[in-house]
Amino acid sequence: MATIKDHARHYVRTEMLPEQAPPAGEVGMRKWLWDNVFSSMTNFSTIGAAISSILMIVLTLAVIALFWWVIVVLYKFGWQDAIWSGTDGSFCRPEDNKGKVPIGTDIGACWPFITNRIGQFMNGFYPEAERWRIYLTYIIGAPLIAGLLMPSVPRKGLNAILLFVAFPIVATILLSGGGIEIAGSTWIFWAVVFAICLAVLFGIQMATGAKGLLMSGGKVVLMAAIAIFAILFALSFDFGLPFVETSKWGGLMLTLVIGLTGIVVSLPLGIVLALGRRSQMPAVRLASTIFIEVWRGVPLITVLFMSSVMLPLFFAEGVSFDKLIRALIVVALFSSAYMAEVVRGGLQAIPKGQYEGSQALGLSYWQTTFLITMPQALKLVIPGIVNTFIGLFKDTTLVSIIGLYDFLGILDSALQDTNWLAPTNQMTGFLFMAVVYWVFCFSMSRYSMYTENRLHTGHKR
Amino acid sequence: MKKTLLAIGLGTAVSMAAATAAYAGTLDDVKSKGHIQCGVSQGLPGFSNADAQGNWTGLDVDVCRAMAAAIFGDATKVKYTPLSSKERFTALQSGEIDVLSRNTTWTATRDTALGLNFAGVNYYDGQGFMVRKSLGVTSALQLGGAAVCTNTGTTTELNVADYFRANNMKFEVVAFEKSDEVVGAYDKGRCDVYTTDQSGLFAQRLKLSNVNDHIVLPEIISKEPLGPVVRQGDDQWFNLVRWTHNAMLNAEEMGITSANVDEMLKSKNPAVLRFVGKEGSFGENLGLKNDWAYNIIKQVGNYSESFERNVGPKTPLGIARGLNALWSKGGIQYAPPIR
Amino acid sequence: MTTISDEPSSKVSFWYDPKVRSIISQLILVGLIAWGLYALVTNTIHNLERLNIASGFKFLSTEAGFTLIQSWIPYDKSATYLRAFMVGLINTFYVAIVGIFLATILGFLVGIARLSKSWIISRVATVYVEVLRNIPLLLQIIIWYKILLLLSPDKRGSISILGIGEMNVTGLWTSKFIAHDGFWVTGIAIGIALVLAWKVSRWAHKRQDATGQQFPSFWAGLGIVIGLPLLVFFATGSPGVIESPEFVSEGPMLRRGFKTGVGFVFIPEFLALLFALVLYTATFIAEIVRAGILAVDHGQTEAAGALGLRRGTILRQVVIPQAMRVIIPPLTSQYLNLTKNSSLAMAIGYPDVMGAGGIVLNQSGQAVEMIIMIMVVYLTFSLVTSVFMNWYNAKMSMVER
Repeated sequence: MATIKDHARHYVRTEMLPEQAPPAGEVGMRKWLWDNVFSSMTNFSTIGAAISSILMIVLTLAVIALFWWVIVVLYKFGWQDAIWSGTDGSFCRPEDNKGKVPIGTDIGACWPFITNRIGQFMNGFYPEAERWRIYLTYIIGAPLIAGLLMPSVPRKGLNAILLFVAFPIVATILLSGGGIEIAGSTWIFWAVVFAICLAVLFGIQMATGAKGLLMSGGKVVLMAAIAIFAILFALSFDFGLPFVETSKWGGLMLTLVIGLTGIVVSLPLGIVLALGRRSQMPAVRLASTIFIEVWRGVPLITVLFMSSVMLPLFFAEGVSFDKLIRALIVVALFSSAYMAEVVRGGLQAIPKGQYEGSQALGLSYWQTTFLITMPQALKLVIPGIVNTFIGLFKDTTLVSIIGLYDFLGILDSALQDTNWLAPTNQMTGFLFMAVVYWVFCFSMSRYSMYTENRLHTGHKR
Repeated sequence: MKKTLLAIGLGTAVSMAAATAAYAGTLDDVKSKGHIQCGVSQGLPGFSNADAQGNWTGLDVDVCRAMAAAIFGDATKVKYTPLSSKERFTALQSGEIDVLSRNTTWTATRDTALGLNFAGVNYYDGQGFMVRKSLGVTSALQLGGAAVCTNTGTTTELNVADYFRANNMKFEVVAFEKSDEVVGAYDKGRCDVYTTDQSGLFAQRLKLSNVNDHIVLPEIISKEPLGPVVRQGDDQWFNLVRWTHNAMLNAEEMGITSANVDEMLKSKNPAVLRFVGKEGSFGENLGLKNDWAYNIIKQVGNYSESFERNVGPKTPLGIARGLNALWSKGGIQYAPPIR
Repeated sequence: MTTISDEPSSKVSFWYDPKVRSIISQLILVGLIAWGLYALVTNTIHNLERLNIASGFKFLSTEAGFTLIQSWIPYDKSATYLRAFMVGLINTFYVAIVGIFLATILGFLVGIARLSKSWIISRVATVYVEVLRNIPLLLQIIIWYKILLLLSPDKRGSISILGIGEMNVTGLWTSKFIAHDGFWVTGIAIGIALVLAWKVSRWAHKRQDATGQQFPSFWAGLGIVIGLPLLVFFATGSPGVIESPEFVSEGPMLRRGFKTGVGFVFIPEFLALLFALVLYTATFIAEIVRAGILAVDHGQTEAAGALGLRRGTILRQVVIPQAMRVIIPPLTSQYLNLTKNSSLAMAIGYPDVMGAGGIVLNQSGQAVEMIIMIMVVYLTFSLVTSVFMNWYNAKMSMVER
């Protein structure tokens, strides 16, 4: 009887065959195409599967056709029929023939309209000689923003203070020219406020004998006073820069100003509102809730409208607001209501043990909030914050409706230039704006996705 | 230097007062701050629009430039506040601007109830209709059943409704906020008719894809005298605006242009000498220097020059003088004499 | 060194009592708010008097004098400002409801498509989402309007949109049903049929839970909802006709085209707004749906697969019902956003509440009153939705535990 070993000796090979290439259908393009494109369309084994396969085929063909059509239209408008050079609108008007376009042909994009005004689209009516100030502001702001966004850059706290406190002041001075006349009443008002604070602290200490209250409270008041007066002084100091009134601000620069003001104001304000909404004190809770819900309940355009038409009626005679400031306030309050909800979501996600633990350690409410819960909550909602900012950035287009020369508004203005009246200018402008907005918003949404992935490690599958 | 930009949200509402409300003596106010704050439209071809360098030009803008030339001897001392049609009157009433030169129609309500004064008419306009030639329409009275594209929130919207109802014609109005949308929709055939002020028709037709397919109908269905506006209760300022405009008209009548105004200083004609300030004290009476009119003409030009430069036949707009010609040339522009 | 006996705990200064602190700070807050409101109201009243602006809502009964392009209620030359406002209000609801309906369908389809195994489908869905949600809606609305007008045949021609109607630059024309007297019986029949269908589906569910037997409740329901009203309609003597749009191709050029007032028309302004709102909102809904589906534990899908369910069935019966819990709250806020975003209609001349209200504001000069009215409309809408959302959330969390 032969043993297994004997058998093996007979027909089990002892040497390995050389590796062969896999079948053509299992590798490369074909395999990939099969797996990712055709596999869902070729199953005709049952009626149901056949129907879904046919549907898949139709759907795939339809989306390919639609895509192709969009590309062709864009190519035709933006390239083939486009006018590439010219010194005024007549080059883009078929009847004037200067651009050698016979009557009756389709006119595509009028690119000279964009190149002619690119400076204005970027900077509005800001005087050309002073535009370096805008660029300088960008140069100062960009690394601060980048530093805050990139997780590897150290000293986030300092960075945040620079971006949220110092940068806005520097930017205001650079862009407007500084030397802002601050009414005497403003100085007096703040002096009175701080005096009252000190007096109240002193009064309480006298009445109750709470030792050291004046010392500790006074320190806070003093620091606040120094900060406020320093800011007021910085704004009113004349640096010798020519003054550029806000009616000359415009274009992408104005869009960025509105967007950044929105984020700088709305984040702290949103945190306060979120805390208010979660407060134990009924009056505070109610006030915050009403504020948040009212702002979230109405379209931005109605409040912008209100700010432009009604606001002058709200204040005492002779009080007038700069038009840009009105829009800034509205946009900031509006986005802070949304920000508040994002932050509240983060706070809700913090486990109760964190609160209880910090209470057990004897931390006060503010210590608990700013040392324990808020840092965790904010980290959780970074994607939400970025998404709110994307929304805010897109919403800045609405200020063009109340007549500010933001990116969209400056286009409207440029379209009325007597020398540049032509049929396709508006569409060309829209195409250009859409691309710019898209680049901004898309990169922000990529960043938000990146942080999301970074924070959610371990949940992948 | 007075820089009331923004009072930043650091104080209370009260302390935010960027108080500019000095109602008595706008002229003194303007002289002390060194420029005129001029309310213009956010962009209306030929009347006020900013060019690629951000300089404002146009017929309405020239009114403000002429005023600056008269007051300061320097036509560039103007700051512009672009205003929407909703904001314009509030801005003037609240003192945010010194003069409103924004293709504003002179109506009884505005002149009386709103506390405003119209200082003159720098452009006589009227609402007209534009249609496609292919419709075969020759008169607005044949437009029964038409769809009409127009701007919303202005008198044109009401005028067109009145006109069609008065003539017992059916119609449908498609109204948009911005003229680019109106002309775009009309161009794509959304409407049979495009109606707005005639000056607007001349400007917007350049945005049509084929301008030769369209005609403007002869009917003008409204009177739209457009002119600069000031607050009531400041006669000195009112006079200044009115006479600035009159000076430009008188200059045209006397043949004084920016090119020949220097020669005119040596003229034998007493009317011309009065005009350029060699005789009389008309400038002082207005609270200005006597060469006020000379400066206007030297720096801005007479009415004809302003018209030709901004809207006239040589510009892309190509508007003929028509009603806006001098009274002596078949129009109705008529200025009282300077004497 | 202080010992405890030196300072009895009961004698802690009231300033350190959290209760007192909280009451004081709340009083200050309430005081500040009240003072602010008081200043606001008195200032406004004073300014209105000073500027001679009449206040109050009396102006609403003034004759409007302007026309609106789309109206669901009678609106003629004698109509008042109030009626113009109501027309706008209805138009807002109209576009919002249709928009929400379509955006939900498209959003779900795209959300699922992004997870599709087919590379082309998932990539196209991704590109669609990433492009459209990153471009401001205002731009999109205007661009869609231009494209729509550009692609439509002009007023004297038309193309047929399969199964819906005829399209040209004046809109999408379809037939309209005109009810005659006695149609109310059919109306009641529709109501009864809906209730019946719902009952049948509930009964079928119960029976399936109890016995495992399935009942084609969908087809039965459909039969009831269509059959019963039809039966009643014919039994009551067909009280109503279908009116088709009328195309005039002869006579003077101006009169050619679809006859106004005959048939039903979706105006291009409405279509463009709807397009833009649906396409824009659907990108967000798609993201929500995708996140919701991904949030369902993979084990669920695998278990269902192990049971032999097909992919479609797994999606419909296992994944989506669980994903809905995650999807619904953000979905509701997207519905709210769509409604609020419809206020951008004014850019293309669709008379929604903001557009019509804006015209009234402009013509009457009553800014304060009009803006308050517009805000109240939107606030009411979002309040109602919020209340519903909270109720739904509460219900869902009860089911959870």
